[in-house]
Amino acid sequence: MRTIIYILQKEFLQIFRNRTMLPIIFIVPILQLLILSYTATFEIKNVDLVVVDMDQSMESRDLVGKFKGSPFFTIKDYTFSYMEAEESLKTGHADQILRIPLNFSKNLERSKEAAIQVTTNAIDGSAASLVNAYAMSIIMDFNKNIVVQDLGLSGDPEPIKITSSFWYNPELDYITYMVPGILVLLVTIIGMFLSSMNVVREKEIGTIEQINVTPIKKYQLIIGKLLPFWIIALFELAFGLLIARLVFNIPILGSIGLIFFVAMIYLLVVQGLGLLVSTMTNTQQQAMFISWFFLVIFIMMSGLFTPVESMPIWAQYINKANPIAYFIEMIRMIMLKGSLLQDIQKPLMALGIYATISLTLATWRYRKVA
Amino acid sequence: MEQRESIIEAINLTKKFGNFVANDNLNFMVGKGEIFGFLGANGAGKTTAIKILCGLSRPTSGNITVAGFDVYTEREKIKKNIGYMSQKFSLYEDLTVFENFRFYGGIYGLSKKEIRERTNYFLDKLGLMEYKDKVINELPLGWKQKLAFSLAILHKPRIVFLDEPTGGVDPITRRQFWDMIYEVANDGITVFVTTHYMDEAEYCGRVSIMVDGRIEALDTPETLKNKYEVDSMDGVFLKLARKG
Repeated sequence: MRTIIYILQKEFLQIFRNRTMLPIIFIVPILQLLILSYTATFEIKNVDLVVVDMDQSMESRDLVGKFKGSPFFTIKDYTFSYMEAEESLKTGHADQILRIPLNFSKNLERSKEAAIQVTTNAIDGSAASLVNAYAMSIIMDFNKNIVVQDLGLSGDPEPIKITSSFWYNPELDYITYMVPGILVLLVTIIGMFLSSMNVVREKEIGTIEQINVTPIKKYQLIIGKLLPFWIIALFELAFGLLIARLVFNIPILGSIGLIFFVAMIYLLVVQGLGLLVSTMTNTQQQAMFISWFFLVIFIMMSGLFTPVESMPIWAQYINKANPIAYFIEMIRMIMLKGSLLQDIQKPLMALGIYATISLTLATWRYRKVA
Repeated sequence: MEQRESIIEAINLTKKFGNFVANDNLNFMVGKGEIFGFLGANGAGKTTAIKILCGLSRPTSGNITVAGFDVYTEREKIKKNIGYMSQKFSLYEDLTVFENFRFYGGIYGLSKKEIRERTNYFLDKLGLMEYKDKVINELPLGWKQKLAFSLAILHKPRIVFLDEPTGGVDPITRRQFWDMIYEVANDGITVFVTTHYMDEAEYCGRVSIMVDGRIEALDTPETLKNKYEVDSMDGVFLKLARKG
């Protein structure tokens, strides 16, 4: 026990004396939280629209006016040449073209039917379908008005009304969805990167040899090496939750204690992995690259940006070994749904087993002899 | 030569890295309180052997005991009884002199009082008391080296292994360093020192000279000089190295 305290004392001294590491540990994550939460958005605002209105009728202007009035669209240009409109799509000047052909209003009047064309830049498929959906809803709305006006239908044009209610994130606010996930990332980066780098650093400068020649026990050294970053990561989580509450106004419905309990176990997993990486590498550069390799895969598959359920089955199986996915799932459940311990039992158990495996492997791989 | 109780015994110590034989059947014994010089050119296999004796590396074969403990099965017991100073003098550059002493003292299980007393003792002796709270990387190389040596013997080990302790420092500092080694040996600590400075070999009680992983000669500097009919250890070494 005394030995561990001496190691902890030394580690903390070194962490707080390191002028480059200190900002990395404390400022970078906060910036990431603030920036990522605002920028990693699924919402599409400011769709740049080019209007090709060949009809120039009251009806066509009415339709264009609806687009103009929508918060999602910005009308970039009016033109009479479709070619020109296509060109601005090509150059990226516009995201979408609305083309209203000649005789639009005439056709509407005569045959109660008229075509318009909407062309969307679909390089980003999901964004395109979203933009398309926005456009469709405006056109539908326009359609409905015509039906009411022209046919003079009295009463309700929609016999069946569908009202949706969105639970747990009623305003479909992406920040509410992203922030808990990003908190997980911050904790992960501290846990995995710093733990692995710290041990490899001692290898690089040669002090590990001096440690290995002392009668220090393996478990003492490992606890001494991991505990500081475990504490720092939890501290950072507390800070992140505070920002989530104060800056982003994210609801924390569940118990904060439970969030920390999950984080404590989760950190053991990533720290174990970090330590494992450090036993297999000799330089900080190598450790960095290997950790990064796993982190990127874990993050992309974690469900932070895209739902796990829509991934192929094999990917969902791989995700069973993805600690980030478990933690993101649980922190969202606790923060947004107010889930209790019994609700998260299964993923929590999985994490517990994972922590045991990763720490055991790392301890076993860590050698005091070459 | 007076008969001493042995503290290190190596019989047929061999270490191979793949096909490369770094240590080829080394046989030697080091007596208690002796200053044993382990000489050889760069790459002769000195560091490999010293790491095996310190329990940092496993030998491929051979019977080896250090302080009475087996290097295969009792490495952790060996570690309690030895001090080690590597070529890189493993001080923490970002910690102060005292913090380094406190850390190593702490992990060897010294009490707070012992740490304080011994730190003061060494700093006083080295005349570095006023630098107690200076961060290591602000100190000159020669001082770091003496501090590293003090740290290696802070816990009063029975044997201290010094791996090229005087690399890269001026002759005066080297001389002072050897004064420290003598003092330690007088206190009964066995000193096992590697070097490739042949003048330093003259200070050792006995020396072994390694060439290409084998021990080519092992005796007192006097005997070796007589045997090879030269007047310095430099001469002995050159004769042996050319032969090999």
